[in-house]
Amino acid sequence: MKKIRLSIIGFGVIGCGVAKVISKKREYIKHRHGINLELVGIGERNGGIACEDGIDPIEAYNLAKTKEMGKHPCWKEEMSGINVIKEVNADIVVETTPTNVDSGEPGLSHMMTAFKNKRHVVTSNKGPLAVAYKELIKTAEENDVQFRFEASVGGAMPVFNLVRECLQANKILSIKGILNGTCNYILTRMSTEGMSYEHALSEAQELGIAETNPSYDVEGMDTACKLVILANEILGMDNTYKDVEIEGITRITIESLKLASDKGYTIKLIGEVETEKLRVAPRLVPKDHPLAVGGALNVMSLNTDLAGEITITGKGAGAIETSSSILSDVINIAKTLR
Amino acid sequence: MDLELKDTPGQLVLALQPISDFEGNIVSVVHHRDKKTPRGMIPVQVAFEISGEKVSGLINKLESIGIIVARVGEERLRESRAGILIGHIIHSDIRDTIDQIDATGYAEVVDLTMSMPGIDQRSSARLVINATGKVEMEYAVELLRNIAREKDLLLIEPI
Ligand SMILES: NC(=O)c1ccc[n+]([C@@H]2O[C@H](COP(=O)([O-])OP(=O)(O)OC[C@H]3O[C@@H](n4cnc5c(N)ncnc54)[C@H](OP(=O)(O)O)[C@@H]3O)[C@@H](O)[C@H]2O)c1
Repeated sequence: MKKIRLSIIGFGVIGCGVAKVISKKREYIKHRHGINLELVGIGERNGGIACEDGIDPIEAYNLAKTKEMGKHPCWKEEMSGINVIKEVNADIVVETTPTNVDSGEPGLSHMMTAFKNKRHVVTSNKGPLAVAYKELIKTAEENDVQFRFEASVGGAMPVFNLVRECLQANKILSIKGILNGTCNYILTRMSTEGMSYEHALSEAQELGIAETNPSYDVEGMDTACKLVILANEILGMDNTYKDVEIEGITRITIESLKLASDKGYTIKLIGEVETEKLRVAPRLVPKDHPLAVGGALNVMSLNTDLAGEITITGKGAGAIETSSSILSDVINIAKTLR
Repeated sequence: MDLELKDTPGQLVLALQPISDFEGNIVSVVHHRDKKTPRGMIPVQVAFEISGEKVSGLINKLESIGIIVARVGEERLRESRAGILIGHIIHSDIRDTIDQIDATGYAEVVDLTMSMPGIDQRSSARLVINATGKVEMEYAVELLRNIAREKDLLLIEPI
């Protein structure tokens, strides 16, 4: 049985979700893949847990939920995220700190430090990828370690692995899709229930679909970040967040949705990359088009030279769903390790 | 377009090649092998989409390789596209917006439906533009994008 040591940096919604899924799926992964996942480190902003013999993921999860991480027998204040990366002997670092699109920090330093310490990195954090994609890829290569980020775009939806594992012979010509569940939820409710933008937004906030400060989502920044990552990784471009033309959904009126509907269209916030151009904008989508998915779903269409159009849809957020992508990356890396 | 071809092998391919060379998009080809024109030629009907300004060049090319162009039927304004504008549409002079599109000669606003919830609130409008071809539609939409930017209107285009 191959033992793979993991540390999780940033123990919030997603970090805790990963811990929970490791606990739930550990036996299954042993049985199915011959891999024993051992959690050996957790790094938070103000301290962390290091334990070479293994941390019980559920114990850590429960303490995090009641904000009592400090009560863990192995908790040390000096063991914050960056120190866990340097000092804890992990094969793979799972980086799940908050997205920051201006500097990419703290994720960028975390990832760079992990690479320099010869640790593989799996992340759901878009920030570093949207500001320093090339630098990250280069540093990982120089240090002969793997870097995977399936969870950073589309949550549970497999897009990078789909392209890497199944569309190897294809040239991907363009990509477009709905990459933000919050915006999709708001537009869906406005369109089907005739709600105002403000009403649909506050409903989404109540349901925990939208953040208290929703501007990053509704103004299209989140979609733009994901588009940059798609363009760089799949279309081989070298863009940052600043190269995207962005219009969000804040100006959409109920009347416009009705006018669209009368002609068989709905309005969706679409991220699109094609021939060097990256654009996020509300678009008219025919109601029977594969991209016209409702609720908080995400969807992506890849236009390829051999396979034609390939469309995938699924949940773009949620702790367990996103952890599915993280675990998939972890297992893929683990399979290549001795 | 009705063409007349010589009754020898390879003539059909010869006739279709220039259409592709001029970036025409062939929609259908009807080849009447069993019929002959009084001149002993074989009639072929080809339907294709092509940008208006390329038609005369294409006809010259076809005739130069010995193909008779018997009839050219034109369907103008084949391209149609919907769009939605949001903002202070009336204040920003909707008449002028439409006039600018219509003044191009190759595109027209053929449908406009407005919805105005109240004074001082942003209104929404759906418009349909027809244009003579794909390229012309791109020009017309680019013009509309510029107008929308100038007048601070949000333009929602189809995917
Ligand atoms: N939520 C989703 O469904 C979803 C889906 C796909 C991708 N993502 C991405 O995944 C990442 C994590 O999201 P999340 O929802 O889990 O966010 P979150 O709940 O805010 O969790 C982030 C955690 O990182 C910690 N942290 C902040 N700075 C740190 C530092 N310097 N060192 C160590 N830990 C630090 C935070 O601690 P404090 O609380 O003390 O600040 C918090 O516990 C984000 O980049 C997000 O964009 C999320």
